[in-house]
This record gives sequence, structure tokens and C-alpha cells, in this order.
Amino acid sequence: MAIPLKSRVSTPRLRDNKIDGVKYNRSSSKRNNFEMFAWLGMRVSGVLLIVLIFGHLFVNLMVGDGIKAIDFGFVGGKWANPFWQVWDLLLLWLAMLHGTNGIRVIIDDYAEKDSVRAWLKIILFLASAFVLLVGTLTIFTFEPCPAGASPDLLASFCSAR
Amino acid sequence: MLTKKGTLYRGRWGMWSWVAHRITGIAIFFFLLVHVLDTAVVRISPEAYNSVLSLYKNPIMGLGELGLVAAIVYHAFNGIRIILIDFWGPATNAKVEHIQAPNKDGVIETSQKASYTHIVLLWGVLVLWALTVAGFAARHLPHVFGGH
Repeated sequence: MAIPLKSRVSTPRLRDNKIDGVKYNRSSSKRNNFEMFAWLGMRVSGVLLIVLIFGHLFVNLMVGDGIKAIDFGFVGGKWANPFWQVWDLLLLWLAMLHGTNGIRVIIDDYAEKDSVRAWLKIILFLASAFVLLVGTLTIFTFEPCPAGASPDLLASFCSAR
Repeated sequence: MLTKKGTLYRGRWGMWSWVAHRITGIAIFFFLLVHVLDTAVVRISPEAYNSVLSLYKNPIMGLGELGLVAAIVYHAFNGIRIILIDFWGPATNAKVEHIQAPNKDGVIETSQKASYTHIVLLWGVLVLWALTVAGFAARHLPHVFGGH
């Protein structure tokens, strides 16, 4: 039973494209490959996120005193190192893109009215853009040793200055 | 009308693994929004950040963190299973056995026994999930509940 996975159908189509009684109406039009790239992007970002998130959880919650040890000094110590800045920046962008696309698909699945679907997606994209902007600015404008702060709240390298 | 007996998907493991993937995904996304904003408080002052972070250290939030990690680990491992189903041929193998046996009236009846590799993979996901979450809990819960 050799049924091609994809068959070329021009859009708008005049009739169903049927092969052995099975409908194959998905367009392979060159006009827009967005959904294919979104699908592929979920898989690629998913694999990278497993490494990034497991590393993030291990270093922050498993090593040493875990959640009890996280404070301003801990964050300062991590982001003084460009390695963790890049790690967290990749984590932020990939997780937000992966999550936003996931919610977009869920909105498309369940919101049946055109106007509701449009509004939910506008809210989603605005919220995601805002969080991405805030997160990116936080990583790049962070000051680990703010002037006038109590030294015992800061990372150990601050007092050496 | 669809009956449970007549479908391979509805009401079965394949469907529930998909439902769990969606629910964990939504939960992780909303936590992510909150988590980026709570981290952004480092830009206000060390005192403000430390007071926000102290919320994450109480026992109720500690259990919430265990739930969050459980959701993330499921989403991660089931995600690998989805990728295997998409790209690794043998993941979609199905083995169907036709068993012929007499019923209680002595009439020979044929019944089917099927096994699917993607369901075997799901059991692998669930076993690895349980082991990983147990390992995390053994490390995290003493941090949350242990005197410090």
C-alpha cells in the first residue's frame, strides 16, 4: 500500500484529493511553511531545553543547600560568569518560544470563534514579548554589587572591590 | 458512534499521555512567566529579591516545586518519546497476534492481542520519570523541611 505521505494540492482546491479512498487535503504550497517550521522548532528547542533546564535545576536545586541557598548573592555569583548569562539567555528565549508556540496551538485547538481566537493570541503574544523583554534586560543590566547595599547580602567577590 | 472497544486511541494510554503533555506544558508555561518576573526583582534591590525568594522556601511552595519538577520531567521524557515516534521508524511498530480459541460454547473464536512500541516507550517514560522525581525529592525535601 504505497500512499505518499504528502501530495501536492493547489489551493484553493476544487475537490478533495483522494488516494485509495483516503483524503489528503493538506497543502504543500510554497506560500507558507510556518506550521512546518513551528513543528520542527518544537522538537529542536525541546531537545535543547532538556539539557538547559536539567542543568538549571541541578545547579540551583540539587547542589549544596538547594532552594535554601538561593538569594541575591547566589544570583550575583552565577551571573558574574558569562557562561551562566549565556545559559540563562538561551533558556529564556527557547523556553518562551517553545511555550508560546505550545499555547498558540492549544488556543487554535479549543477556541472556535475567530474573534476569541484572535484576542487570546494577541494577549499571548503581548505577554510573551513583555516577559522576553524583561528577562533579557534583567540578564544584561544586572549589577551584582550595587552601591550602598549591605555587603552581607552580596556575592563574596563584591567586598574585595 | 465511537465505542471504546473500537478505537486504538480514545480513552487509552496514547490519549492520556497526550492530555498529560498538554496539562504539564500549560502549567510549566505559566510558572515560567512568574519565574522570569520574580527573577527580574534582582534589578530592584537585594532586599526585595531576597524577600520574594523567601516565598519559595516555605513548605507549601517547596511541595509546589516538587510538583513543578515532576511536570517538567514528564514533559521532557514524554517529549523525547514524541520525537522518537516522529523520527525513529521502529517506534511506530505494532505487533498484532491473532489467537484462536474455543469459547464456552465450544465455537472457535479469533481474538486479537496487540502490542505497540510507542506504548512500551511510554512505560519507559513513566519508569524513568518516577526514578528521576524520586531522586529529586530525596534531595529537595530535606532542603525544604530540614532545619537550617
